[in-house]
Amino acid sequence: MSDSATPAPPRGLPMIPEASGALAIIGLGAIGYFLFPDDLAFLTRLIGITLLVLSLDLVTGYCGVATLGHAAQFGVAAYAAGIACVRGVTDPIALLGVGLVAGTMMGLISGALITRFRGLPQLVLSIAVGQLVAALANKLSWLTGGSDGLSGITPGKVFGLYGFDMYSRTAFLFSLGVLLIVFVVLSRFVRSPFGLMCRGIKDDDLRARMIGVSIYPRLVVMYGVSGAVAGLGGALTAISTGVVGLDSVSFERSAEVLVMLVLGGAGHLWGALAGALIFQIFEHIVAAANPFHWMMLVGLLLIGIVVFAPRGLIAPVMALATRLARKGDA
Amino acid sequence: MRIVLSIATDALAYGMVLFIISIGLSIMMGLMRVVNLAHGAFAMIGGYLASYAIRDLNAPYGLAILIAVIGAIVVSIPFEALLYRRIYRKSDPLIQVLMTIGITFVIIGVVNYIFGPSLKSIPLPNALSGPLDIGFRMVPTHRVFVIACGLITALLLWLLIEKTEFGIKLRASVDHSDMADALGIRTEIIYAVTFALAIGLGAFGGVVGAEILPIEPFYALRYMVTFLVVVSVGGAGSITGALSASLLLGLADTTGKYLAPEFGEFFFYLTVIIIVFLFPRGLFGRSHA
Repeated sequence: MSDSATPAPPRGLPMIPEASGALAIIGLGAIGYFLFPDDLAFLTRLIGITLLVLSLDLVTGYCGVATLGHAAQFGVAAYAAGIACVRGVTDPIALLGVGLVAGTMMGLISGALITRFRGLPQLVLSIAVGQLVAALANKLSWLTGGSDGLSGITPGKVFGLYGFDMYSRTAFLFSLGVLLIVFVVLSRFVRSPFGLMCRGIKDDDLRARMIGVSIYPRLVVMYGVSGAVAGLGGALTAISTGVVGLDSVSFERSAEVLVMLVLGGAGHLWGALAGALIFQIFEHIVAAANPFHWMMLVGLLLIGIVVFAPRGLIAPVMALATRLARKGDA
Repeated sequence: MRIVLSIATDALAYGMVLFIISIGLSIMMGLMRVVNLAHGAFAMIGGYLASYAIRDLNAPYGLAILIAVIGAIVVSIPFEALLYRRIYRKSDPLIQVLMTIGITFVIIGVVNYIFGPSLKSIPLPNALSGPLDIGFRMVPTHRVFVIACGLITALLLWLLIEKTEFGIKLRASVDHSDMADALGIRTEIIYAVTFALAIGLGAFGGVVGAEILPIEPFYALRYMVTFLVVVSVGGAGSITGALSASLLLGLADTTGKYLAPEFGEFFFYLTVIIIVFLFPRGLFGRSHA
């Protein structure tokens, strides 16, 4: 992955990665909106999870933190937004803000615990934090609805103009807008000096320490940013589906998004996007038929990825894109 | 007093089940340094095989345990040869986690395709199913049996590792694999035998612990984390560590479930966070070069 660590500075036109990301998301969104108008509820959920995968990419792909508890950030934010909505805050933008803050707080707390260690203790701590949050969500049923889930979330109109309808049109466009902004901001953010330093820490933390970088605070901050993105995803899911269940904090959710990320390719925002998209569309089609066949398929796919393409499906595509870009320059 | 005794028996039995299953994983992680999340899946295979042997083949309980252990080892051989060998010792944890999650999913899918997606009971023989009078109190015989199994397993493993030639080679490979290799120890054989031993212990624990951790379609996923946590708290590769971690976590979980059942696994994971934070290598773990 080291050859992708220093992306070639864009020559000529500035902001090319940001613009191409925005165009791709608008294009995919248009395809979804016009060709699959009956599946918009599913596509809206897909966008929520995609934000979680992007968030996981920030800590796993860019910082090398192995975590199996990332649903905690997503779930806490979803519950926070849901509870705020039930208690009377109905403006969707304000609810997103609630999710953002809750996700950031949870991210900072988890980051402070998890990034102190590397290897096995790190992995186990991430699992334990995730499970602790799940147990609490179940226990505090007066607040979260426990195993029945939190229901009755009816957000108001976006900008006071566009109400949420039963065809999920508003929800879909609203989610797509959030994803667009997040993707553009993140593709800027990961090429910032801070983002590049995180990559440096991932590639060789000893060397990073030798040149005077204090690692721990940076990883915690990155975890906070990642928590913010996951929080937006959680809040969006709560707003658009109207319910928050225990599944949003479950271990299965954490494991699933890790699978999506690695399928697409960790360390690339494009990889996270592609992995989330491919996995969820396949899941939507296959898992409905037989969940055990689906598990077997995912298992085989995962083994295949680890053995044959450890850098994810996006790696060959990125290599091709780089080659084409070089040819264009020459 | 009654409730203290109930908690003590249940916690001890639960802890012993955790120990029997996790000790295999612990030895494997100490020697091969592989974070094997699929360990529970092999325990599940053992449970399914034992259930099949008893209910459909009318095999006696002891024979069923033997079938389960040997069957699970046989099933695990291709996984070891084709997949696990690639990730021994050198890969980063993320790769190991992903591959072993993949293996778990495949095993869950295949097992449920063959045996059907339902809860599998493993009927106990009459000698183990009633209560047992231990002088001042009646306790379920099965609990006593499980505790005895755990103690015997610990003793035999200790003898194997400390007193036999295989144990010496194993410890040499744990301490310095390359040097052991250079001195003529066939480390790949040590790895393969250890892997089989670990899987066999997992399957054994899955069968005798089926009363406490019931064998069901998502067994491997449900307890995937539990076994890993026990090893991490105890310290990879240490029998004493695995035993004390199992008993401690068994106690934390059972006490929590008796006194505050609505909290679920809250106390279990709170204990885990505190211990791992204070002892990142586990209670009895050693630093690895």
